[in-house]
Amino acid sequence: MAEIVLDKVTKRYPDGALAVQEVNLEIADGEFIILVGPSGCGKSTTLNMIAGLEDITDGELRIGGQRVNEKAPKDRDIAMVFQSYALYPHMTVKENMAFPLRLAKVDNATVEKKVKEAAEILDLSQHLDRKPSNLSGGQRQRVAMGRAIVRSPKAFLMDEPLSNLDAKLRVQMRTSVSRLQKQLGTTTVYVTHDQTEAMTLGDRVVVMRGGVVQQIGAPQFLYDQPANLFVAGFIGSPSMNFVPATLENGALRSIIGDVTLTDRIRQLVEAADAPREVILGIRPEHFEDAALVEPAKLSAGGKFTHQVDVLESMGSDKYAYFNLTGEQAASAELQELAADAGSDDVPGDGISLVTRLSSASGAVEGASADIWFDADKIQLFDPSNGRNLTYTER
Amino acid sequence: MAGIGGAETTGKKVGWGLLNAVVVIYALLPVLWIVSLSFKSSATLADGNFIPREWSLENYQNIFSTSEFTRALINSIGIALIATTIAVVFGTMAAYAIARLDFPGKNLLVGVSLLIAMFPQVSLVSPLFEIERSLGLFDTWPGLILPYITFALPLAIYTLSAFFREIPWELEKAAKMDGATPGQAFRRVIAPLAAPGVFTTAILVFIFCWNDFLFAISLTSTEQSRTVPVALSFFTGSSQFEDPAGSIAAAAVVITIPIILFVLFFQRRIVAGLTSGAVKG
Ligand SMILES: Nc1ncnc2c1ncn2[C@@H]1O[C@H](COP(=O)(O)OP(=O)(O)OP(=O)(O)O)[C@@H](O)[C@H]1O
Ligand SMILES: [Mg+2]
Repeated sequence: MAEIVLDKVTKRYPDGALAVQEVNLEIADGEFIILVGPSGCGKSTTLNMIAGLEDITDGELRIGGQRVNEKAPKDRDIAMVFQSYALYPHMTVKENMAFPLRLAKVDNATVEKKVKEAAEILDLSQHLDRKPSNLSGGQRQRVAMGRAIVRSPKAFLMDEPLSNLDAKLRVQMRTSVSRLQKQLGTTTVYVTHDQTEAMTLGDRVVVMRGGVVQQIGAPQFLYDQPANLFVAGFIGSPSMNFVPATLENGALRSIIGDVTLTDRIRQLVEAADAPREVILGIRPEHFEDAALVEPAKLSAGGKFTHQVDVLESMGSDKYAYFNLTGEQAASAELQELAADAGSDDVPGDGISLVTRLSSASGAVEGASADIWFDADKIQLFDPSNGRNLTYTER
Repeated sequence: MAGIGGAETTGKKVGWGLLNAVVVIYALLPVLWIVSLSFKSSATLADGNFIPREWSLENYQNIFSTSEFTRALINSIGIALIATTIAVVFGTMAAYAIARLDFPGKNLLVGVSLLIAMFPQVSLVSPLFEIERSLGLFDTWPGLILPYITFALPLAIYTLSAFFREIPWELEKAAKMDGATPGQAFRRVIAPLAAPGVFTTAILVFIFCWNDFLFAISLTSTEQSRTVPVALSFFTGSSQFEDPAGSIAAAAVVITIPIILFVLFFQRRIVAGLTSGAVKG
């Protein structure tokens, strides 16, 4: 067990690609850290540098206070779970799990004991003598976990360990990974693509983009206070809505209605020296069917009326999708997010909006609906650099 | 395919059976003919019967009675085994590097080895002859082993690097993370998985060395290093007035045996699909 510190860690591949730039990250002992970001943002590279599988071009990596840049993986005492599991096909489950112990020259009795323990924790006891090729995906995944936990390493590194499982199994394994980590209390760095894993698993989340850390914080904090457009758009599913807007004398004009800024937001915006043209960001759950909002609150928020494009009733609530005519909010961050989501080539001018309404809403697909949003829940961004103008450290 | 009518499948089966039979007979007839010749006595040698009228071991006794054949057999086995071992060991290392590492000049190396494999051996024989004469390698074991390795290496590198490429790289990373040194990772994870490839390559290289005639006849002059294919061509029969065909046939049968043994021995280890299950899928 140990803390891991990345001090301005940079990776440049031999072909010149700058994969990771000056990452600063302090991972406390026993902490569960999640690395998220779009494909190619350098998550795996960062993980591999911690593991020792990739050289660190610049900066320092310390594990338990010791510089380990030059240490081989085997001397770092870290275990890794690979996306492909990387089980040794010529060994049985037992031999796979015992392999790290055998290499460490642990005596036979201890090996037997530790493998047995790990197998019990992971519910693999009855599969110990089988070969990996005869196991199901979930079982293979657990063997990979077992191989990581048997030797009680200083830290676990996991690179999208659940992404090869089907949806149901992934949910199951997600909870067991979480439980296992709490039980063992081992420092863990976990790379994922998955929103839910990012939000539910970690103590803290690191959002990366193009090799640069965008923001580090607790999942809820990142959700509530994204530092910039990129984090705002990346965290949350369905993601935040973005609409171009204009700031004028303490009022905000946009296609989804004009609002007077609340005092809290006005202060933040003034302190941040906001430009006139901004991007308004608002999460789906901060909309409501205007008919269901108390009159007192109604006037304190914005309101628009538009035809419902698609209505999805989830039982507990309803998702209403709108397609408003107008220019989409333009910024490099948003384009990148759209590209990562694979929606950049979806034809459709105008602004698409996702709103979550309560199940009591009378909105009907194809018919017009009055939609209200909470003026105190909006976030404003600077289109030129993506900075969140309403960000507070809280 | 299962839904196709019974008549058609039987028809197909018969068709395939016939085709297989033709191929097998075509391939094995000369071999059987040689076997039959080798068991004929010198009197009945030229009678043209497929099944010997008079079975005899006379030919076998003949070839083993002089050192001409036994010595050649020893040469052949020794030279082929040594050349195979060296070629496979170096081929394994080279192929591993080619499959795994990006080093400057990698493409050049691959290109050059391909070039060697394509080079007509005939055109190399006379320069090799001259070189070996002046180096004192002519008519020695190393004199044959060296050119065999030269031509077997590209073959070995090609087959082996294909096998290495099949092995997921992540296995090696996993081994490193599990605490293995690069050497241990290779020995305990990569080598066992590459074994089928190594054995396949060994068989191919061994057969190449074993069957070579061109180098063997040009670079040897005495029994000291003459291999079996060459010795066969020098057979004159035990007396001058005898037709050597019987002895040649017997020798041919004898030298096929090591190849069959070699293949049978290693075939067991060539277990396909050993790598399945390493990664998802
Ligand atoms: N061996 C390599 N040589 C050169 N460039 C590389 C190499 N490996 C990765 N890169 C580059 O480094 C960047 C980061 O790659 P990395 O694999 O860390 O991304 P990632 O965040 O893990 O993406 P994904 O979510 O798709 O796994 C990418 O732009 C990639 O093209
Ligand atoms: Mg990755």
